[in-house]
Amino acid sequence: MGNGTNLGRVRGLGSAKHGGKHWLDQRLTAVGNLLLTSWLVLSWLWLPNFDYETVTAWLAQPAVAVPMILMLINIFWHVRLGLQVLIEDYVHDEGNKFAALTILNFYVVGAAAFGIFMVAKHAFTGAPA
Amino acid sequence: MAQNPNRPVSPHLQIYRWGPHMAVSIFHRVTGFVLATAGMLTLLWWIAAIAGGPESYATFQSYVVSAGAEASGTQVAINWLFRLVGLAVLYSFFQHLFSGIRHLLMDLGAGYELKTNRTWSIAVFIAALTATALVAMLVASRFMGA
Repeated sequence: MGNGTNLGRVRGLGSAKHGGKHWLDQRLTAVGNLLLTSWLVLSWLWLPNFDYETVTAWLAQPAVAVPMILMLINIFWHVRLGLQVLIEDYVHDEGNKFAALTILNFYVVGAAAFGIFMVAKHAFTGAPA
Repeated sequence: MAQNPNRPVSPHLQIYRWGPHMAVSIFHRVTGFVLATAGMLTLLWWIAAIAGGPESYATFQSYVVSAGAEASGTQVAINWLFRLVGLAVLYSFFQHLFSGIRHLLMDLGAGYELKTNRTWSIAVFIAALTATALVAMLVASRFMGA
């Protein structure tokens, strides 16, 4: 496109110059996931059972609720970056791509907000009697 | 414009011979999608069930774990469906984990030699399948009364 008009240059014809941050965020959240999901799996193996009393007491502790919230943020951030690449690679129609990316963003933000709210509600109010 | 069949064609997916490094790459994407959807939705359901009280936790368990001794045929079928999904998510977790570690190591600049790359790719599959089998057996022995 060379040195086209100002309009031509902003019409998505070139790099947005955000690729490096995307790439790096993907790796940073990957390392975060490595730590946080390992924590979750080890914590699950540590639990004596998965009865209601056991898991409610477990999730209400600050040392569990906080990493759980961090994990949800980190995972859904990683999901957004990863599935964005899948959509960009496999959905070629511009309209469908825009729709798919919109749904992806709604999904990750909505799901993360729901999960964080549920953990926080449980940790703050305790198990319903 | 008709293509001259005598012209050389640029090699594409259907011309390349499949190798473990290609398989591990596409599996990384597929397993990532499985974890992002089935894996995370089930995890969120579990968290919401804990926060929702004993009845909602019992509902979660009746669908995902077991509907109990007096379960109807449909309930047993749903339980087995979730066990299959659980197995798929479990395998996806380990495949994505080990494949992800491979990617992080390659980002450091290591493992691009043809033989090393091939070995690491095969190692990812073996490690993921082994870990899946071990955890599945552990879960089955603890929770399915085997």
